[in-house]
Amino acid sequence: MRVSVHKRAFLPLAAAAVATVLAGCGSQIADPTSGSSAASTGTSCVDTSGNSIKVGFINSLSGTMAISESTVFDSLTLAAEEINASGGVLGKQLQVVSEDGASEPTKFAERAGKLIQQDCTAAVFGGWTSSSRKAMLPVFEANDALLFYPVQYEGLESSKNIFYTGATTNQQIIPALDYLAEQGTKSLFLVGSDYVFPRTANKIIQAYAAAKGIEILGEEYTPLGSTDFSTIVNKVRDSKADAVFNTLNGDSNVAFFRQYKSVGLTADTMPVVSVSIAEEEVPGVGLDNVQGQLTAWDYYQTLDTPANKKFVAAFKAKFGAERVTSDPMEAAYTSLHLWKAMVEKAGSFEVDKVQAAADGVTFEAPEGLVTVDGENNHITKTPRIGKINSEGLIDTVWSSPEAVEPDPFLATYDWAKDLAK
Amino acid sequence: MELLIGQMFAGLSLGSVLLLAALGLSLTFGQMGVINMAHGEVMMAGAYTAFVVQRAISDAGISLLVSIPAGFLVGGVLGLVLEAVLLRRMYHRPLDTLLVTFGVALILQQAARDIFGAPSVDVRAPDWLQGNIELLGAPIPLTRLFILGLSLVCLAGLVLLLKATPLGRRIRAVVLNRDLAETIGVSTRRSDQLTFFIGSGLAGVAGVAVTLIGSTSPYLGTNYIVDAFLVVVAGGIGQIKGAVIAAFSLGVLQSVFEYSTTASIGKVLILIVIVVFLQLRPQGIFSLKTRSLA
Repeated sequence: MRVSVHKRAFLPLAAAAVATVLAGCGSQIADPTSGSSAASTGTSCVDTSGNSIKVGFINSLSGTMAISESTVFDSLTLAAEEINASGGVLGKQLQVVSEDGASEPTKFAERAGKLIQQDCTAAVFGGWTSSSRKAMLPVFEANDALLFYPVQYEGLESSKNIFYTGATTNQQIIPALDYLAEQGTKSLFLVGSDYVFPRTANKIIQAYAAAKGIEILGEEYTPLGSTDFSTIVNKVRDSKADAVFNTLNGDSNVAFFRQYKSVGLTADTMPVVSVSIAEEEVPGVGLDNVQGQLTAWDYYQTLDTPANKKFVAAFKAKFGAERVTSDPMEAAYTSLHLWKAMVEKAGSFEVDKVQAAADGVTFEAPEGLVTVDGENNHITKTPRIGKINSEGLIDTVWSSPEAVEPDPFLATYDWAKDLAK
Repeated sequence: MELLIGQMFAGLSLGSVLLLAALGLSLTFGQMGVINMAHGEVMMAGAYTAFVVQRAISDAGISLLVSIPAGFLVGGVLGLVLEAVLLRRMYHRPLDTLLVTFGVALILQQAARDIFGAPSVDVRAPDWLQGNIELLGAPIPLTRLFILGLSLVCLAGLVLLLKATPLGRRIRAVVLNRDLAETIGVSTRRSDQLTFFIGSGLAGVAGVAVTLIGSTSPYLGTNYIVDAFLVVVAGGIGQIKGAVIAAFSLGVLQSVFEYSTTASIGKVLILIVIVVFLQLRPQGIFSLKTRSLA
């Protein structure tokens, strides 16, 4: 019946071990080659004979990323409906095949393979985390298919099979630093989640700071999902930095901002610039905690462009007046329209023809006119610094005078020449 | 000096959160040997209780005070149901309970997603908990102070219940020797139910407390379950005083490590300390001494 002391001691240890493994199973690292195991056929199975054409959406509709990625799925759905209502692409109606990436990179790779090989879609749209993109990249290259990736990311990547419609670093992070420098910021404290994007972003910030004479007073990382920031906010407060650059992801932001505020730090005394908090995230973090803080994106719901007014109105009409639109949603919406423009310019759904036609294709996006750069498959974007207002929306406080050319490898920046190696 | 006090308080405060999360677990784990992986999700239920109460009572102060007993009830009833429907059938089969409760945890997470949505929700802290007081120049956040106080009140209540009431005496008798307790007429069934009710209720209270410092999302529980198990294991199974010492030591150590290195390295060092400690003392800080033969 009862176990001896030694056995009793074993069980809890086993429990703790299992608990650790189970709790960590949402964040496993993918084998980048998995999912591409099915041999590349070289010939596409896309059926262009009927009056419809299949496109694939791949988003996490379950798991920890569902919170963000389901919003991208919604805006892709809106874009597909708009395109169908206006006559489709080359006269063919879009037929959407949707797959759930389930917040796991391996699942993304596997499902992407299915969308290409079994469903024979002409192009695939989606992905959010860098690990999901990195897992899908070999699948799209091996099958010579097209992925449109709609989220800002850490740069230093370019594939002829991926079109990046979110910002690369010189369209988000560097403009944010320029803005801070312009405001007279002399010292910064860096806080981020411990994974590839924040680490790469902070490497770029360190190089920039070294070149421009900004002092970095601290660089702190916390495990994803971390909820205790009392030590970090003590360090931040103690550093007396002019501003904080925040690359935390997900729920950690809630704990960070609450505890930041509770030791008496405010947007007036020490502003925080965040690169992962958009309109969607503000209510979860708590408006009280982030009002007045700064964000760096290329799109805000409050932008006063005709294309944005139409986008916001259409989105609210379809999904409800209480819903908001954010940068990744806008980039996803734009990506589908850009693909349509590329296909129509090429006059064909074939991947190599679309790739050849891509350079210089433009779309009047909600954020302003965007142009595809055929050399690196990124697009021009207009960086904007925003301030979170009392309604939880974001007001633009600074905007780049013109759209910025994408430079994923930071080749045009002297101080960054060691980074791309 | 200012920093030292700030960091000491950060450690105590982290310790109090760990203690709140682990108190209930220490009870259920200790009494019944049930490895309850859904303990974190009971915390989550407590946290969402605070959210629901706040929606009903818009005043953040009153809603917090109402949420604490409400969270205890919701957590406790959830624990009772779990015990009655599932765990009762698998006492003495620890590995089965581990898997079953992990399944329950997943179901509860999905239920929370379906009811409240995947994004985290905002539970506002009352005005009188905004800001901080200064102690020798170091800012002491009021929310943290509140949680420290709450954990001490819960601890005192639990100790009082166990040591000074007939109810507690029966619970302790069952912990010490289930068969003998049964022989002398203690209803172990009732005692098990009650233990589970109180243990899960404390998890519910912990859930209400952490809404003040972190996010309220379906994944809330997964952030705390590992640490809670670590506290219970390091403290010694079923040993409340062990859990108290373990929680505050881990809290202070974590904040010291984190301050002198980084958050990630600090976490690694903590785990190393626990592994080494358990190598030397596998039974934890205190161990249960019984005359039980088996």
